[in-house]
Order: sequence, then C-alpha cells, then structure tokens
Amino acid sequence: MRSRLTVALGRTARTLARLRGGGSGGTAFPGLVMERTDPGFLARTLDRLPHGVVLVSGTNGKTTTTKMVVQLLRDQGLKVFTNRTGSNFVRGVLAALLTEVDAAGHLDADVAVLELDEAHAVHFVRAVKPRAALVLNVMRDQLDRFGEIDYTASLLRKAALATRDVVVVNADDPRLNSERFLEGVSARTAAFGVGPALRSVFLSDDDLRTEQAAAPADGEPDDGGVPESASAPGTLADDAAEPAADQDAPGSPCPAPRVRLLALAGNEATIEVDGTAHRVAFAIPGIHNVLNACAALALVLEVLGDRADLPRLLTTLSEIRPAFGRGEVITLDGRPVQLSLVKNPAGFRMSLLSAPTARADATSRTDTVDAGPGSPSSPTSADELIMIAINDEYADGRDMSWLWDVDFTSLKRAGVAVVTGVRAWDMALRLRYDEVPAGVVEPDLAAALDALRERAAAEDRPMRVYTSYTAMLALRARLGQLTEVEEVMK
Amino acid sequence: MSTAPTTYHHGGDGPARGRIRVLQLYPRDMNIYGDWGNLLTLARRGQWHGYDVERFAYNPGDELPQEVDLVLGGGGQDSGQERIKEDLVQIGPRLRQWADDGVPMLVICGLYQLFGHRFVTGEGSEIPGIGLLDAQTVAGPGRLIGNIVLDSPEFGRVVGYENHSGLTTLGPRAEPLGTVRSGAGNNGKDGAEGARFKHVIGTYLHGPLLPKNPAVADWLLQRAVELRGGTWDPLPIDDADARRASNVAAARPR
Repeated sequence: MRSRLTVALGRTARTLARLRGGGSGGTAFPGLVMERTDPGFLARTLDRLPHGVVLVSGTNGKTTTTKMVVQLLRDQGLKVFTNRTGSNFVRGVLAALLTEVDAAGHLDADVAVLELDEAHAVHFVRAVKPRAALVLNVMRDQLDRFGEIDYTASLLRKAALATRDVVVVNADDPRLNSERFLEGVSARTAAFGVGPALRSVFLSDDDLRTEQAAAPADGEPDDGGVPESASAPGTLADDAAEPAADQDAPGSPCPAPRVRLLALAGNEATIEVDGTAHRVAFAIPGIHNVLNACAALALVLEVLGDRADLPRLLTTLSEIRPAFGRGEVITLDGRPVQLSLVKNPAGFRMSLLSAPTARADATSRTDTVDAGPGSPSSPTSADELIMIAINDEYADGRDMSWLWDVDFTSLKRAGVAVVTGVRAWDMALRLRYDEVPAGVVEPDLAAALDALRERAAAEDRPMRVYTSYTAMLALRARLGQLTEVEEVMK
Repeated sequence: MSTAPTTYHHGGDGPARGRIRVLQLYPRDMNIYGDWGNLLTLARRGQWHGYDVERFAYNPGDELPQEVDLVLGGGGQDSGQERIKEDLVQIGPRLRQWADDGVPMLVICGLYQLFGHRFVTGEGSEIPGIGLLDAQTVAGPGRLIGNIVLDSPEFGRVVGYENHSGLTTLGPRAEPLGTVRSGAGNNGKDGAEGARFKHVIGTYLHGPLLPKNPAVADWLLQRAVELRGGTWDPLPIDDADARRASNVAAARPR
C-alpha cells in the first residue's frame, strides 16, 4: 500500500517537474520527493528481485561495463532493470524505477544492474545490500572532488563490505587486490585480469608514475624502466598456453582470475575462461573496453553460476557496441568520427594506445598491442585526424594537472589537428612540452569541430576526438545538429 | 642503490652550453597531481636553452649523488608521505647543506610541508620535518581545493591549483612566494602562499606549477647554472601558449 502511494506521489512530482520545464526529464526532483517521503521504497522494491541487485562501480569504464552486464544477462533470458544513461545517483535510480514499476510499486524484473559512482555507492548500500558487486579499478579521477585515490578506494570498499554474495575485483589493480581492500569482506571474492603479455599495457596510476619516471628522455627504449613483460607478445597460441598458476603473484589476496584477457590483435581477443582460451572478435574498439568485457563476463559467470551459457555469453560480448561517447562512432559527411571520453591519465593513455595513428609509434615502445595489418608508417589518407577537447567544468574536474601525467609522445608523428575546449591552451602547452605538433587551437567547441570537419573533407580522412566529459556532451549535441546521432536521455 | 641518470640532450648543433643535474626526490611516492610536469618543464626548457639536463631519481634507501645543481620534490598521498618520512629526516642534513650552498630547490605540497619544522596531525602527533624552511604545518579541518592566483614580487602573477588539508604558517626566516589574489594559500587566513629561503621555493601549487609559470622555471635553471660558475644566457623561447593558458586559469572559477 505504501509503495502505491509513493509511486503516485513520485509520478505527480515528475509531472510537475516536467510542467515547470527545464527539459532534462526531471530525474532529480521526483527522486528527492520519494526519498524524503518513503525512504524504504528503494530497498522494498529491489529486495524482491529473485536475482537481487548487482552493482558496477570503479573510477573508469562503469557506463560501458554496466551496458555489457545488462546485455549479457538479457541474452541469457533474464529481465533486467538498470539505470541507463549514466544517471548514477540514488535519486537517478529512484527516477528510473518510477518509470518501470506498476502502480502498486512492483518491478517486473529478475535482477537489477546498477551503475554507481563511488561516492553514491556508499549512500546506496546503506539502503540496499547488493547481491553482487563488480569493482573495476581505482584510477586517479576528479581528485579535486575526492581528495585522494586511497580515499576513493575506501569508499568502494564500503560497497564491497555491504555486498552479500560475491565481490568481483580487478586482480591487476593494486588498490583492489590488496589485504586492505578485501579484509573483512564477507562475500566470496572473484577476479578478472590480464595475462602477462598485456600487463605492461594496463598500468596502474602508481606504475604510470614509476614507468614515466624511468621513461627515456629522448624516446629510445630504456632497459631498466619498462615494466616486466615476461615475453614478447608472441603468438596467440603461446599466450594461451601460459599456465594460469604463474599469473598469481605470491600471496595475492584475491583468488586467481576466472576470466583473463591474454592477447589482443586488432579486434581479435584471446580470453581465458576457467583455464580455457577462447577467441572473440569484438565490435567494440579499444583494449580497455575489451578488458571491461572480461570484467562483465566474470561478474555474470558469478551471478548465473551453473545457468551460464558460455558460448552464448561470448557471442553477446562480441556484438556489444560502445556506450555513448565512449568509443562511439558517429558518421559525419560520410566519414567516421570516433568520440573517446578521457577522464584521467590511465584512461587517456589507454585511449591513445587504441588509436591506429598513435599505435604505430606506441608499439615500438610498449611492444604489446598489435598494430594490426596495414598500419601505415607515415600519414596517409587513412590516418585519423585527431582533435583533443578539454573542459574544466565540475564534471570534468577543475584541476588540469592530470594532463601532465599522460604521455603524448605517441602522437609526435601524426600530430594533433585541432585542440579545443575551455582549457585548449593548457592542452596545447602540454603537447608542446612533449614536442607534439598541434594545428589549430580553438577554445570554442563548435568552431573547432568546423575546423576539424573542413580539414577531414579536404584530406578525406576519418576523425578521432579525445574529449573530457562536458566537452563530449557539447560536441555530441553539436554533431546531432549536423548528422544522425543516437538519442540518449541525459 | 640508485638508478643511472636519464639525460635530456640539448637541441641544436654543437656542444651543450653546460650540464644541469636535477635531483628528483621520491618520484615513486611523492609525485601526484602532475608534479611530473615540473621535471619535464625544467628538462625541456634546459634543452631549449642549450643545456643537457640530467635527471637523478632518489627514492627511499637510495644513495644521494655527491653533488646536484637543482632539487625537485612533489606532493603525495598520506600513504606516500608515510613511506618517505623517515628517509627524509635522514637526508635532511645534506639537503640543508645544499640549500645553504645556494642549490635551487622547488618542493610542492607534501614535501613543502616536510621541508618545514613539523607537521602536526589531527590527533596531535608530530611528523618531524627537516627544518630547511622556517614553516610549520598543522592538519586543518577540511581540504583547501581549487584554482589559485598569486602576486609574486619576483615572478609577477603565478597561477596554479591547490589541494591540501594542512595549514602552514611561516616563521620570520621565510618569505612567502606570493600573496593570494584568489584562493586559500598557506592557511587561508594570512594571505601568504608558499615559502622562500635562499634559492628554495616551497609551495602548494600544483597545476603543475612550472609549465604555466615559465618565469619560475627559468629562475630555477638560472640559479643552477650560476651555482657552478656559469653565465645564464637564455635563448628566446616562445611562451605565448603559457601566457594564454595562464590567463584562462586566472579567470576560471575556484
């Protein structure tokens, strides 16, 4: 009965919010009303779900990974409730519930998969104890908001402590695969990770500094500094044959990963699941996205247990498309524009590695990511024109320091065609100190996009935009006026 | 054990005009919020001015080089600070000697605090500093976070980004780096930011500090060159991008 009242009240609030305008669909206000008048609504509604609540958190890749988990569970026949579109707040979850429940407050779903920001995850788990939690990583992100990485990890730990059934962590993240993080976690733990050949590609923020600190000044390989990579990337078969046991650092607090990314050549990945190697050709670009897919798979295997249909899961993974703005490809004047959201040093580095133009250079140093066939050695018409868009609004992080922890030297040869955003001059300055040539510097996003579009047309080249969050939203909206862009609710 | 130095070779033809040896303190543990960019800026500007720049990394337990021309240190998380604090006290006498000899130094945030007399934690316990700067820091109730702009008598406008909870007060033997035009600074109260003693600069400014404030970078390089009897004869560097980036930074909300 109480739920019926709350739903009615929430819907009235939503109607009022819409009448008042603002165009955002009014997600915050009805959520606020429901939270105030019926604080138990969230728990009451979600606790009824037969497969419970599954949480996806971490600093990087939440939106993409949540999308993957939802798709995997749906393709296994489950009805899934999720907070799409990145409204990762408790009130956002309430607002999403409001559209899905019937008048009595019943949610017709088997499982809820929720993306939650680390700060809001703490708030959420006070109300609802999740059945499963996936913690992707702890990377430096918005330090002006959270203060310290260790503090961010402590917030995620609270979510892990509240989880009942299983906590899945990244075995290669030193802040997650640690006594400090896992101590006291009552749920069982499981892990995903990468194989030895790819370990040096996925550097933690700590490694990033150490590696940079040891990086050669003039670009020549430095024997002492490059992190251990047991062997050259080698063939897929070699990697697949590596015994799983030797991946475990001695005394590793979390169990050996059930799902490991062993190799990636172009879009073809070798993924080991419970000791058996599988090849998966991914539609989604970027090695970080492929690792997110491994994380999603590890979580879903834990959630489904014996019910999991592995071949089917792998097929679903191969077909997943990127979440909006996160490697999404939009067509403009018949040419692809890929939007790569960048938020922190490790994420930016990953994105640079996945770009074909940067890769040809980068592979000579890291020697781990296959450049793929036909990778040109000098700029040709097939090379992407690169634009970097950096804003410093609250959602981007106001502190520009992080740009200095990204190594841009892989762009030296290709150069950057356009630099834009509120902090375009900071970015241009950063490129200068890595001796990367920059073409146009135009802080205005729309004007910069015009410049990029014009040059792409003149040279018939595809485009790639590395962009901070608010710049991505603005660029995507501008692209929506120029061409077909998928509608998403913000 | 210490690792071999990394050399950034000067640009252009002919021999280098000299060599500048930069000691980077605790790059593993105290190097957050882009402090790496300070090293890169010194290295590149040194190269552009025609010098070879050698970088020596010093981590806890390493051996200090006999002689250095410039010392650089950054900020860290509490955990990083925890790992270096005893080691720092051990090498404190050498660092103080170098400072007295006129070696230029730039220390940011966490190492700025520990270059002072002490850091008093929220629980009232003391982490000893090395007393190189006449300053002391006590833990504050919250974090002072945001864009910050200073007026510096020597360097003009200085922009950066501060993110600290410690509140620092200077003693009579230290001068501030500048007065706060917007932001909090040393303690949010007395309008002072940073500390200077001889050729040592301590400051809370990340951003990192040097790229957008090239005058500070060149001042440090000049002191390093003159320390070894060289003559500072800078080559022209186009700093238009730095000026524009600095103008934008100065106009952004906190």
